[in-house]
Amino acid sequence: MTEAIVQVQNLTKRFGTFTAVDGISFEIRRGEILGLLGPNGAGKTTTIQMLLGVVTPTGGTIQMFGLPFDRHREDILGQVNFSSTYVSMPQALTVEENLRVIARLYGMNKIESRIDEIVKQMEMEEFRTKVTRKLSSGQMTRLSLAKAFLTEPKVLFLDEPTGSLDPDIADKTRSLIKDIRRSSGLTVLYTSHNMREMEEMSDRIIFLQRGRIVAEGTSESIKAVYGETDLEEVFLKLARDQSVKMSRP
Amino acid sequence: MKLHRITALLYRHFCLYKRSFPRVLEIIYWPFVDLVIWGFITLYLQQFKEALPDFVVFFLGALILWDVLFRAQQGITISFLEEIWSRNLMNLFASPLTPGEFLAGTMALSVGKVLVVSCVTVLAAFAFYSFNVFVLGLSLIPFVLNLIIMGWCIGVLTTGLIMRYGQEVEVLAWGLVFLFQPISCVFYPMSVLPGWLQAVAQFNPAAHVFEGMRAVIATGVFPLHELAWAVGLNAFYLVLLIAWFHRMFAACKDKGLLVRVGE
Repeated sequence: MTEAIVQVQNLTKRFGTFTAVDGISFEIRRGEILGLLGPNGAGKTTTIQMLLGVVTPTGGTIQMFGLPFDRHREDILGQVNFSSTYVSMPQALTVEENLRVIARLYGMNKIESRIDEIVKQMEMEEFRTKVTRKLSSGQMTRLSLAKAFLTEPKVLFLDEPTGSLDPDIADKTRSLIKDIRRSSGLTVLYTSHNMREMEEMSDRIIFLQRGRIVAEGTSESIKAVYGETDLEEVFLKLARDQSVKMSRP
Repeated sequence: MKLHRITALLYRHFCLYKRSFPRVLEIIYWPFVDLVIWGFITLYLQQFKEALPDFVVFFLGALILWDVLFRAQQGITISFLEEIWSRNLMNLFASPLTPGEFLAGTMALSVGKVLVVSCVTVLAAFAFYSFNVFVLGLSLIPFVLNLIIMGWCIGVLTTGLIMRYGQEVEVLAWGLVFLFQPISCVFYPMSVLPGWLQAVAQFNPAAHVFEGMRAVIATGVFPLHELAWAVGLNAFYLVLLIAWFHRMFAACKDKGLLVRVGE
């Protein structure tokens, strides 16, 4: 069995009396794409923020590459990156200046050739010298993804990565993620509200509701457990069911 | 502490400023306006120079040195605000960058800003009033260094408060430093303050710098005890505030504020 790169045990986050994430445990194995699914406010983004160290868990443990996150933050984050539709980049800098800042933050070598490579891969040549504030939302999303791929991470957290991309670029982005995964064993945690995309991308899916894991498995096994042929129907059933029971097919 | 992460921050701000004329103007404009206004007031008051010798040197020297402190503080706080305004904090703090490296980067940036501002004010003072700030001699170096460190202290304090309480307290970036101005005794000796306020001013490193500056101008003697006070207090405050900033940073991560500040 492939080794677990990300190990989360009993992870909990409370903000005052509100519990955003409620004792979840899961693993992501090397080269696996794990889909994190759930309605708004289910705890997906908070989970990713804890995995990136920008929110401190109230309880539980996070390990990556076999190292406890709280004691090896710098070592771990040097091998991790993320892309989120909720995060922007300095608007007054050009695309390539922003990428240069990120490359330097991660201590990369051969920065210029790597930027050339990623710009080509993400088809960003036409706007690489453009100031970020002048980018369209689709171009901005591509920059955010380029920033995530630039540092050649071993683990990638993608929070609704194709949200504002046109179908062509979204498809190319998914292919790129799968290609990189194949060639480098990239491990990915992926969130999306697009069920088709989730099925296409994810080896396994975790369904979160009110901070808890209520279903976990391959999309096929989850659909089978809930007697549906469509993941979207499962989503609606789980999201609307107030007394949903935990299911781990 | 990794140098490449600190230079990454410097590069990020260099790119910002090279393309933003209003931002460059903001650095230069206020010190220049301050200098011109106070300079002419000083020239007017010079008519009474028999009562107060070396008036011009006192005021213009003080004004130039106060701007050193102010810009050192702004260098830290405005850099942090730039990250909030561009919703970039998560990109920074989800990278291996540590809060200590972030502060080191902003401190280095503030030194750059101080250099630019000082060039402008020193040249303007010479062009408009034939005032040469270098009459203060070598004592200028420890004075300036201490004011930069004091500016850092106020900058770290302001940044920590903005991080914790959000953009509601953003105005502190421009206002908090002026709370320290009356007890910094920039334009008057400490002795004019009421006794209780003198006791407070004793614990302000900047007050010792300006007292020292006046002593150099008036007597030509460098007051080592004032320098020792300034250095000791600055070292104490800087260590204390950096430790406090780290605690604030941890508290913000705990409350989820780091990813929400600016929303």
